[in-house]
Amino acid sequence: MEKELRLMKGNEALAEAAIRAGADGYFGYPITPQSEVMEYLMQEKPHERTGMVVLQAESEVAAINMVYGGAGCGKMVMTSSSSPGVSLKQEGITYIAGAELPCLIVNVVRGGPGLGTIQPAQSDYFQATKGGGHGDYNLIVLAPSSVQEMADFVELAFDLAFKYRNPAMILSDGAIGQMMEKVWLKPQKERNLKLPEWGTTGKTPGRERNIITSLDLNPAKQEQFNHKLQAKYREMEKNEVRYEEFQCDDAEYLFVAYGTSARVCQKAIQLARAEGIKVGLLRPITLFPFPKKIIHERAGQVKGILCVEMSAGQMVEDVRLAVNGLIPVEHWGRMGGIVPTPEEAVENLKSKIIGG
Amino acid sequence: MTEEIIIAGFGGQGVLSMGKIMAYSGIMQDMEVSWMPSYGPEMRGGTANVTVILSEERISSPIIRVFDTAIILNQQSMDKFEKSVKPGGTLIYDGNGITRHPERKDITVYRIDAAEEATKLESTKTFNMIVLGGFLKVRPIIKLENVLKGLKKSLPERYHHMIPMNESALMRGMEIINRLN
Repeated sequence: MEKELRLMKGNEALAEAAIRAGADGYFGYPITPQSEVMEYLMQEKPHERTGMVVLQAESEVAAINMVYGGAGCGKMVMTSSSSPGVSLKQEGITYIAGAELPCLIVNVVRGGPGLGTIQPAQSDYFQATKGGGHGDYNLIVLAPSSVQEMADFVELAFDLAFKYRNPAMILSDGAIGQMMEKVWLKPQKERNLKLPEWGTTGKTPGRERNIITSLDLNPAKQEQFNHKLQAKYREMEKNEVRYEEFQCDDAEYLFVAYGTSARVCQKAIQLARAEGIKVGLLRPITLFPFPKKIIHERAGQVKGILCVEMSAGQMVEDVRLAVNGLIPVEHWGRMGGIVPTPEEAVENLKSKIIGG
Repeated sequence: MTEEIIIAGFGGQGVLSMGKIMAYSGIMQDMEVSWMPSYGPEMRGGTANVTVILSEERISSPIIRVFDTAIILNQQSMDKFEKSVKPGGTLIYDGNGITRHPERKDITVYRIDAAEEATKLESTKTFNMIVLGGFLKVRPIIKLENVLKGLKKSLPERYHHMIPMNESALMRGMEIINRLN
């Protein structure tokens, strides 16, 4: 099968990419604005195409525990949901992180808190990047800003998850999930039927039994394990930082934004530059590991940074840590499911950074 | 070249599918495209709208506040989007059910009585194709042959026998659109 050009919603592109990446299983429970993921998978019947299992669980909690089970066997498994559903999954996610298992969790974020709205938001940044569940752990977090990246990041997320034996998350939002753009789909990959040696695949002569657990009642051993996890996260910070820069070379000011907000900022840059304001965009692609080094470098070249987020200001805290007081860093955003407009972004750049 | 378009009307008028055909047609012409619908409760029984962007360059924001062209198919949408057309831009509307006609003088206004025409053709389903034909006449960004290719790509195969009917609706739309100012 060749690469294929299609017009798809972000949610559909992600689902098709999961089949083509050779995923073994998807377990989910419907919620707007990501229901197309499972709808698409059910229509496509991937079991007939590749043998991939798709199952609608009885709840989000059941779905994440099915992922825990599948991942424990060394299978390439995933789930997807939107904000309230991802909150329900947090217990499972911390267990998966504690058991050092690879898997993919997709959050197509909607406005919160609580049931909130069904419109796009980015107010789950803290939950995604700072743990979400209990205990010291991190997910690998990828933030797509186009339908193409919704597709491309599925395979990338699985690759990173298996490389580090760590859960990975795609943190998207309702706008990217719902919009259609053109997308190049990769050819079908064979499912990998050879399971990793750490998986619980049944009693195998000649090796110690594999145990998947997140429990160790010996605190000294548990601390050792925590050190091991932390070393792994530092390794990710060294090797896996991804970001994109947009008109940064001559910039006097900088937007830092991810996902849909980064798209809004690209338009804002066109508008601002037409008025003679030299502004660029730094778009974090990995939210964990966060691109702090490049942000620190850029802070030495520009006069101020505006973080544009569809939240009350969450990523701005990481940007401030990276900038470490060198220059002013402000946040501006919309909440509750409202997407900021490029015009508003320019106005706020002027009032909060340039005039500030 | 970038064309930023809003199509707005009632749910059921084929607003979203018209946008989808536009987007597919753009792809057939090697353009970058985005299709951003309003989704959720506002679509249930109320207004439906979709932002379509066709561009020769990478598309920045798929969500925008002002448009090069607004295609307006009911009064609520007129109230909401007449003011959102860029100065010098284009407004196309169906006169059916419109009680307050567009008033702006700094944009080009076209009227297309597509609902009436679709009734005459005894095929109300071709309504959105008549409107699309009108759009293609006054904003010839996409070639008709690419629209037909786009139509083929966006319709499931079981509906392909309806392509000739859609083609004549497109042609009819090109004929009946009227410039008002």
